[in-house]
Amino acid sequence: MTGIGAILRKELADHFSSYRFIILFALIAMVSLITTYMVGMGLREELGGIAKPKFVFLMLFTSTGPLFSLVQFVAFFGPLIGLILGFDAINRERASGTLSKLASQPIYRDAIINGKFLSGVVIIAIMVISIVLVVSGLGLRLIGVVPGIEELWRIVIYLIISVFYISFWLGISILFSILFRGIATSALATLAMWIFFSFFVSMGASVLANSIVPLETREDPERLMKHVRVQRIVSLISPMQLYNDSTAIIIDPMRKTTRSLVLMGPIERLSSERFRRPLALSQSIYVVLPHMITLIAITFICFGVSYAVFMRQEIRSV
Amino acid sequence: MGKKPVIETHNLTKSYGSQVAVNDLTLSIEEGEIFGFLGPNGSGKTTTLLMLLGLTEPTGGWARVSGFDPTREAIKVKRIVGYIPENIGFYDDMDAVENLLYIARLNNMADPVSSPKIEEALESVGLRDEAEKKVGAYSRGMRQRLGIAEILIKEPHIAFLDEPTLGLDPEGTTTITGYIQSLSRDKNITILLSSHDLKQVQKISDRIGIMIHGKMIAVGPIEKLAREKLGIDDRDISLDDVYMKYFQEGSP
Repeated sequence: MTGIGAILRKELADHFSSYRFIILFALIAMVSLITTYMVGMGLREELGGIAKPKFVFLMLFTSTGPLFSLVQFVAFFGPLIGLILGFDAINRERASGTLSKLASQPIYRDAIINGKFLSGVVIIAIMVISIVLVVSGLGLRLIGVVPGIEELWRIVIYLIISVFYISFWLGISILFSILFRGIATSALATLAMWIFFSFFVSMGASVLANSIVPLETREDPERLMKHVRVQRIVSLISPMQLYNDSTAIIIDPMRKTTRSLVLMGPIERLSSERFRRPLALSQSIYVVLPHMITLIAITFICFGVSYAVFMRQEIRSV
Repeated sequence: MGKKPVIETHNLTKSYGSQVAVNDLTLSIEEGEIFGFLGPNGSGKTTTLLMLLGLTEPTGGWARVSGFDPTREAIKVKRIVGYIPENIGFYDDMDAVENLLYIARLNNMADPVSSPKIEEALESVGLRDEAEKKVGAYSRGMRQRLGIAEILIKEPHIAFLDEPTLGLDPEGTTTITGYIQSLSRDKNITILLSSHDLKQVQKISDRIGIMIHGKMIAVGPIEKLAREKLGIDDRDISLDDVYMKYFQEGSP
């Protein structure tokens, strides 16, 4: 692992002193402060005078308030953090002629990409953890409820999933910075990826579902179920969907399945209506374990691909 | 000279598809030598340097740098070789000291060891007063001098300099040439110098090699080549004449 420490150190210093980090961080801090404040005030009003329900602390993250919930914000905006941190990781070095110099130093070539990826992950972790701390701190003051140990664990798991999720996008952007020579090209390509996954996959899912299982005016429950199932499977291509599903279950103990109401069997629906008790943490994890594993796997695959491509690429000064 | 060779290649070949960049290069460079590496653009000089550094894998033949195989023992080779690529790049938003510190750290040098070296190196290339400036504001000549400072910090046994005087004014060229000469004389660094500046190459090189279309067509001290090619046995020969003669014969 020769050299990875030096590269990590330099990349972190670069990130911390760069404008893009400061701007991103300011933006995130601002948004999370505002949403938490609104959500917290809303909760305080609604909960005034009644006994506090269980897991009220987690509602800080999930209630939408007038705008959006924090979980939604991270799902939507998180990819941008990863993309912005990584889209010029390699091709900027190539453009400025420092890549061949770096590669001629006595370090393994993979130290370059490992160091860059790792520094991005550290930055992402810092950002996500600080968002959660801001929310928790402000939330504590606003609603005056101390989170229980289970709530804390749920938040920690949520943090881990979020770091992996954003790191997946970091991996994508580093891959693009290896594949494309132009910095503008890779920036555009990463943005296109983000737009594709956040908007077009869900649209495409319904289009595909419509063409495979067209719905008729007279509703046949069998057909409707099939339709929804196809739509779900297709939309699971998107890491955003994976992330949304897994965090929704983890952060909200009342949710018991990632499937929509339509897809539940009658007995399942009955039981979930009758027994409105929160799921135990282990059960919540069990429900979304496949989602989480997939998310972690695609993060590693994405990094693995960039690693392989980078190790094979010719390094030339021109 | 009769010293042991530090760089040896045998039938070293690199081809990209059907295009042969370096063709059957067999060469040996001795310790402490300044070897002038000449040839038109695209003749395979940079590719040769990259193969010797282990940054590009040869498609045929082998190379040894201080006895190490650059393909298999790249780290060992890179530890003892300093490389200034053509159009050397620096981190423009860092100052000279920070740039050199990064190089020192990548070479596994502890900061307390490297900082006096950095100061000394900047002093000897005349950048001491500019040390706090961002490298982005440096002129071309200053950047090349900073490149020399990088070599000074690394203290390699061998230095590969790819067009170190490209695009410099005459004064800057003379300065850089002087530094290269002192690298060889004072630090006993073997130098492989690729350049188009024939006058400077003639001034400092012990031997030269002329490469055209990936083939090394002549190797030897300038006087010997002049005697063979032009039939002149004179101290005042110019490398320009020798080079042009070879160039005309070498090009189809």
